[in-house]
Amino acid sequence: MIFQNLDISHYIYLSTVLFSIGLFGVLFRRNAIVLLMCIELMLNAVNLLFTALSTYMGDADGQIFVFFIMVVAAAEAAVGLAILVMVYRNTRKTDVSFLDQLKG
Amino acid sequence: MSFIILLPLLGFLVSGIAGKYLPKQVVGIISTAAVALSFGFALHMFLEKAVLGEAVSQKWFTFLQVGGMQIDVAFTFDRLSGWMTLIITGIGSLIHLYSMGYMKEDEGYYKFFAYLNLFVFNMLLLVLGSNFVMLFFGWEGVGLCSYLLIGFWYKNLNYGKAARKAFVMNRIGDLGLLLGLFMIYKEFKSFDYSTVFNLIASGNTSSATLTAIALLLFVGAMGKSAQIPLYTWLPDAMAGPTPVSALIHAATMVTAGVYLVVRSQALYFQSALASDVIMWVGLATSLFAALIGLKQNDIKKVLAYSTVSQLGLMFVALGCGAYTAAMFHLTTHAFFKALLFLGSGSVIHGMHHEQDIRKMGGLKSKMPITYITFLIGTLAITGFPFLSGFFSKDEILLHAFAHNPFVWGLSLISASITGIYMFRMFFVTFHGTYRNSHYPMEKVHESPISMTLPLMILAVLSVFGGLLNLPHYFGHTLAGAFSEFLAPMYSFAEHNPEVSASTENLLLGAAVAVFIIAFVAMRHKYISKNNVPESDEEMTGLGKVLANKFYVDEIYDTAVVAPVEIAGTVTDGLVDDIAVKGIADGIGSTPAMMSRGLSKIQNGNIEYYLVYMVIAVSILLAINLF
Amino acid sequence: MFNNLPIPFLVLSFFTILCALYVVTSKNPIHSVLALILTFFSISAHYVLLNAQFLAIVNLIVYAGAIMVLFLFVLMLLNLNKDAEPVKSNLWGIAAAVSAGLLLLVITAAFQKAGENVMKHPVEGIGLVKALGQSLFTRFLVPFELSGALFLAAMVGAVLLGKRDKGNKELLG
Repeated sequence: MIFQNLDISHYIYLSTVLFSIGLFGVLFRRNAIVLLMCIELMLNAVNLLFTALSTYMGDADGQIFVFFIMVVAAAEAAVGLAILVMVYRNTRKTDVSFLDQLKG
Repeated sequence: MSFIILLPLLGFLVSGIAGKYLPKQVVGIISTAAVALSFGFALHMFLEKAVLGEAVSQKWFTFLQVGGMQIDVAFTFDRLSGWMTLIITGIGSLIHLYSMGYMKEDEGYYKFFAYLNLFVFNMLLLVLGSNFVMLFFGWEGVGLCSYLLIGFWYKNLNYGKAARKAFVMNRIGDLGLLLGLFMIYKEFKSFDYSTVFNLIASGNTSSATLTAIALLLFVGAMGKSAQIPLYTWLPDAMAGPTPVSALIHAATMVTAGVYLVVRSQALYFQSALASDVIMWVGLATSLFAALIGLKQNDIKKVLAYSTVSQLGLMFVALGCGAYTAAMFHLTTHAFFKALLFLGSGSVIHGMHHEQDIRKMGGLKSKMPITYITFLIGTLAITGFPFLSGFFSKDEILLHAFAHNPFVWGLSLISASITGIYMFRMFFVTFHGTYRNSHYPMEKVHESPISMTLPLMILAVLSVFGGLLNLPHYFGHTLAGAFSEFLAPMYSFAEHNPEVSASTENLLLGAAVAVFIIAFVAMRHKYISKNNVPESDEEMTGLGKVLANKFYVDEIYDTAVVAPVEIAGTVTDGLVDDIAVKGIADGIGSTPAMMSRGLSKIQNGNIEYYLVYMVIAVSILLAINLF
Repeated sequence: MFNNLPIPFLVLSFFTILCALYVVTSKNPIHSVLALILTFFSISAHYVLLNAQFLAIVNLIVYAGAIMVLFLFVLMLLNLNKDAEPVKSNLWGIAAAVSAGLLLLVITAAFQKAGENVMKHPVEGIGLVKALGQSLFTRFLVPFELSGALFLAAMVGAVLLGKRDKGNKELLG
């Protein structure tokens, strides 16, 4: 069910737009959890690009790499959330802007 | 010849380094022996070679070779430099001997002799050098030694200031000398005497250049030989010990300027303008200093102004083209001025360091040897017939008359004033009644033999020194020995003044008359009427002006010194504090400021960091891709 | 650019972008989570369009099923609501938008410049499980095993981090 008049460029644009939206979210949101979620969004945009490229270039390695990205994303989400919980226990907030002790 | 030059240097090194640990007598003997031996060698070489007209040249090594310029350390012992060497080492050794007695109680004894030896060494470099650069070396060296010796009693701040004044004024003159040296090299591509003078004699240089060089060299001579306007250091230099005044400021260093002009005779002979300038400056100095000397009351100050005046006379001679006469007068002046200074030192020593003549008087009975030698010296300087000063001064007056009678007239007036102030000083000091209330007359004593022996030797020389260059009056065999001796030294033959015998007689008569008038007048004032020069408070009118040296020092202070000090303060405040410190501090503080500013970026907030990261990545990508 | 695009692709892309925007802009974090799940669903649909069926399913299972559930758990446990949500100033929003937009522009320009090197048409038969499995277990065996180790480490780390100190009786600090 693959459309013959889709260019790779369309997928590239889509992926890039999703990435930018995720990036905007990372920069804009203060809630740590939502921050992590936006990072997941960025990762997914990249996944999409990889898959598209893999299909259009006929190489399965692209999709394999998507596996590994997912692996890492899962691990990172777990650990990140654990850290977030610890921070919440100590500061009673999920606001990222209060974590500023490491300053110059 | 190396011995002549190096012995005093050796003496300096020994005295300077080891003198502290040696007993005083030993130091004195070593130093005196160094100079005396140098004199011995010089005399030997003189009699062997120079008398026969052979010059001995030695090149030690090449000091500097840059591009096409080569400066050698080379010496030439010819008639002129040999004669100067004899004077320097001879009178120098006498003064060393004298200092052994005079400086006996001083704790800086060894330093004194070290400096004296160093001075002799530098002076020898000056006269024996065979190129202008060696002259300059010695020139600067004697300037340095002059500074060291004038400010010898350094604990007195005023002496130090006098020393500094001497050095600075010398430096001003040296600038002229240096510029002259530069012009010489530019024009003749060499510093060597023979090369330069041969080139000048061949007549290919423009007279404008020659005049310029001549004038510049004369500026140097003005500083070193204390002519107007650079003379005020010499009276202040009397702050140094008396042997210093005798050696440096009477017999040798101040004559360096005269030597320079005589050596460069080729230059001055060709440039009438420069010679005229020298003559007028010398004349003005001679008169000016003589007038000031009239009202001075410190023994040494009188002698100092006398030196300035006599140097002026020498320059008058040089300006009239009478180079031999100037050298002749230099020689006799060395004899009797050294004698006078040493004599005054003896008086000061005997009067337990009193220098004001108003507090002396009647010393002739207490210090007979000093009295007699001082008398001889005074007679010589004022032109008592047939003494050395008589002949040398008349030689100058003769040439001056032939050149320009007006100059002769003024020189005669200067000579008469010389007679006046010398006799004034002599009578007030040695005759009359003893006037010192602080120091009882019984304690006034004659000086030890180490001091009186040089006095006696110099007295003899002062009497018979005139035999060197008798005027033609005395028949052909005896007359003019010195001018014949020096004649081969000149690139151009000297003019002999064409005056008839009767005119010569008249001139001689005038000089003698002036002498008699001065003698009688002063005798009348100070012995018959028993006058005493008034104290400082009582001076009025012209006398006050003269006593205050025409206020020249004060004028210099406001006109020259004050602007320089203001410039210095301004530079310090404006340039140094603001500009330089501003820049230096600025360079230091700018990174600190920048880092403080930049460190505000690191506020620990990851949101900011993220934005920075994104922007940075965008920029990097953009740069990379495009 | 928008000519001849298949309708499904267009609609799907539009939906994806819309959901993504809602994730980013919603005040309520629970809404953000739910929107993100929807985004994942639409991305999986894209995978299907690209003939990468395996990945589509895996995406759903892993991301939407596991990771998002984890996020939801934590959200619920922290008991955050929309009133606890800190708000940033508008200036920040503009700055963030500008930065993100800048990156967007740069990457787009880069792609434009890259030119025509990439293939225009998709190739069949890539996304099947068999093909993937062959590649994964032969060429990428070591990374595969290492990812297992990675998971182990992450697990241990998460458990350790979540441990409560002795004497801290409250459930969540």
